[in-house]
Amino acid sequence: MAELRMREALRDAIAEEMRRDEAVFVMGEDVGVFEGAFKVTEGLLNEFGEKRVRDTPISENTIVGAGVGAAMGGLRPVVELMTVNFSLLALDQIINHAAAIPYMFNGQARVPMVIRMPGGGGHQLGPTHSHSLEALYLQVPGLLVACPSTAGDGKALLKTAIRDDNPVVFIEHESLYGKRGEVAEDDDEILRFGEAAVRREGGDVTIVGILKMAHVAEEAAAELADSHGVEAEVIDPRTLRPLDLDTILESVRKTNRAVIVEEGWPHGGVGANLSALITEQAFDHLDAPVQRVTGADVHMPYSRRLEQASIPHSEHVVKAALAALEGAI
Amino acid sequence: MSSLPDATTCYELLARMALIRRFEEEAGRQYQRAKAGGFLHLAIGEEATIVGTTSVMKPEDYLIGTYRTHGHAIARGTDPKRVMAELFGRVDGTSGGRGGSMHIFDGEVRFMGGYGIVGGNLPIAAGLALSSQYKGEDSVTVCMFGDGASNTGNFGETMNMAALWTLPVLFLVENNLYGMGTAVERHSAQTDLSEKAEGYGIPGERIDGMDVIAVREAVSKGIRLAREEQRPTLLELSTYRYRGHSAADPEVYREPEEVDEWRQKDPIETFSKRCIEEGVLGEKEVRTVREKAEELVAAAVEFADASPEPALDTLYENLYVLDSDAWYAVDERSPEPHRGEREATMPDAARELAEAGAAYAEEEQAERPNPAVHGDAELGVPPEVASEVDDDSGEDGPREEGEG
Repeated sequence: MAELRMREALRDAIAEEMRRDEAVFVMGEDVGVFEGAFKVTEGLLNEFGEKRVRDTPISENTIVGAGVGAAMGGLRPVVELMTVNFSLLALDQIINHAAAIPYMFNGQARVPMVIRMPGGGGHQLGPTHSHSLEALYLQVPGLLVACPSTAGDGKALLKTAIRDDNPVVFIEHESLYGKRGEVAEDDDEILRFGEAAVRREGGDVTIVGILKMAHVAEEAAAELADSHGVEAEVIDPRTLRPLDLDTILESVRKTNRAVIVEEGWPHGGVGANLSALITEQAFDHLDAPVQRVTGADVHMPYSRRLEQASIPHSEHVVKAALAALEGAI
Repeated sequence: MSSLPDATTCYELLARMALIRRFEEEAGRQYQRAKAGGFLHLAIGEEATIVGTTSVMKPEDYLIGTYRTHGHAIARGTDPKRVMAELFGRVDGTSGGRGGSMHIFDGEVRFMGGYGIVGGNLPIAAGLALSSQYKGEDSVTVCMFGDGASNTGNFGETMNMAALWTLPVLFLVENNLYGMGTAVERHSAQTDLSEKAEGYGIPGERIDGMDVIAVREAVSKGIRLAREEQRPTLLELSTYRYRGHSAADPEVYREPEEVDEWRQKDPIETFSKRCIEEGVLGEKEVRTVREKAEELVAAAVEFADASPEPALDTLYENLYVLDSDAWYAVDERSPEPHRGEREATMPDAARELAEAGAAYAEEEQAERPNPAVHGDAELGVPPEVASEVDDDSGEDGPREEGEG
C-alpha cells in the first residue's frame, strides 16, 4: 500500500489501465498540456503522447458524443468534463445516446466509456461550478454511477469503470482531490461496483454518506460516540447505480434508524430516493422516520458565509442522528 | 452530365432505389393500418441520396444517419424483412422491437444507427472516425443528416473537431428543404448549406441529390479525400421528400405544385429513363426491378407479421452489458423486499407489473387511437398535435379501409 492523494490515485488508475490496454485513451478540455484543471491527468501526455491524451475544444456534447462513437468503434474513452456543471451541456449525449444506445439497438452496440466529472461546493466557485448532481445521474437506466470518497476507492473504482463495458458517470469531489489515503499498488486491485463500505460499525443508528459527506458522516459518528454515547454505523455506498441496498438495509434492520447525508439538493435527491427504498423495504424495522441531511435548496452562493451555510456539516449530521434517536437515549 | 457506369452497376443502383421506394410506400400503408406505430418518417423522393452514397462505400466503412433511415439500412445490405419487423415492433426486427422506425441499426453491415435526436449523430460520427484513425484502420465514416441539423450546436462542434483532428469522415447534409415544417430559408441564415462548414476549414459542395450518378461521384470523391488524405468534406445533397415530415404532417407549409415540380425530377423515373435511352438497360429489366422490389417488400411484410412480439421477460435485456451475474436494473416500483443487485432473472414483482401493463397492448390495434393521427383528449394529446391530422389520403387510402 502507498499513501496517495485522490488526484494521484485517479491518475495512477488511468495510467495503469492505459498501459494495460491500448484501446484506453483520455480526452477532455485541458487534459493534456495543462494536465487537467484539477491536475488529475498530470504526466499522462508526457507518457502516452497526443494520440492517447487528447486536448479537446470546449464542446462538451461533442466531446462525450465523440467518446460514444469511439466506444462503439471499439475504443475505451476516458472522458473528462471539467465540472459536473459542464456535464449539463452534454446531457443529450450522456442520456439520449450513451445510456440508451445499448438498449435501443438491442445489444448490437456497446458504449464502454467513462465520463469523469468533479463537483461539490466549498471553494467559493459560486452557482455554476459547485453542483452535486448525483441524483440526476443515478436516475438514468443504462448508466453506472460511481462516487468515491477515498483515494483507495477512487483508484479501484476508476479501474473497474474503465474495464466495464457500460457507460460510467464517475463523479469526483473537488475537496477530496488533495486528501490522502491508502492506495493499493497492485495493478489488478479493482473494486466491484455495487459494494458499499462499512466505514464504522455501530448498533444505534445507520448513517449513509457519499463523496465528501462520507467523511462528514465519519466525523459526526466520532462526535456522537465521544459526546453522546451513541454508536453510529457509517456506510459509504461508493456507487449509486448499482446501489448496494442490501448492506444498507442490513444495517437499518440492526439499528432501526437511518440518516442519509449528501451535498446535493433535497428535493428528489439521493436521500429522498434512499429514504423511500428504506421505508418501502424495512418499514417494520424503523423506530423513527428516516432523516435526510442535504445541501440547501439554492444555487451555491459565492459568499463564504452563505456557501458554508448551504453545505451540510458534521453538526447537522449529529443533530439528525439525535433526532432519529429521540426518546431512545 | 457524367456518363453512366456499366449495366450491372446501373441495374443495382436502380434495384436498390426501387426497393427503398416500394418499402417506404408499404411502410406508410402499414402505418395507416396501425401495424407500425409511433412516428414514421419516409424517404420517398430521397432514394438517390441514399443509394448513390452507399454504392461507393466499402463494407468496412461506417454509415450513420437520422430518424429517416429505413432505406439507409436497406441500401447498406440489411434485409428489408428485419427493417419491417422493427417497424412492427417484433422480435426479429433490427433492434428486436426496442428501437422502432427512428432507431434502425445493423452492426453487421456497419449501419451504425438511426438517431431520433436531430444532430445527435454528428459527434458520434466523429468518434467512429476517430476509432478508425486511432486503430490505423482504413475505414471512413459517412455521416448523413438533414438541413435542420445544420443549425444545431453539434454541427459546429463536430465540424470543428473533425477538421482539427483531421478525421476520416464525410458529412452529407440531405437538404430536403424543410426542417419538419420550417422551410430552409426560414430556419437557416445561410441557405447554401454546403458553405456552412467553411469557417471550420471544411470545404463543401452542392450536389443534385435527385441524380444518383451525381451523388455517387461526389461521395466517391469525398470518401477518397477522407480515406487517403484524412480530409473531411461537407456535401449538400439537394433533394425532396414527397411525403410529409412524418405520417402526422398536414403539409400546410408547402404547395402541392411544389411537390409536383419535384416529382418531375424523380430519381427513379429519371434514372430509369436515362438507362433505357442510353441503351444500358432494357424496358424489361426496369420492369423486373419493380417486380422484384414488389416481391421483396411483400415478403418483408409477411415476415414481419409472422415474427413474434418480444417476450416480457426480455424487458430489461441489453440495458447493461453484464460480465457476470449482476442485474443492474433495479426495479424500484415494487414494495416487496429488495432482491439484491445480483439477481440474474426478472423478479416476480417486476414480471407482474410488466404483465399487467402489457395486457393493455392486447387491444385490437385498429381500435387503438393513434395520437399522431387522431388526437385524443383522453390520451392527453395537445390540441396542436391533434390538429396536425393527416390521414395521408393519397394513393394509400384511409387507414381503416381494408385493402390488399
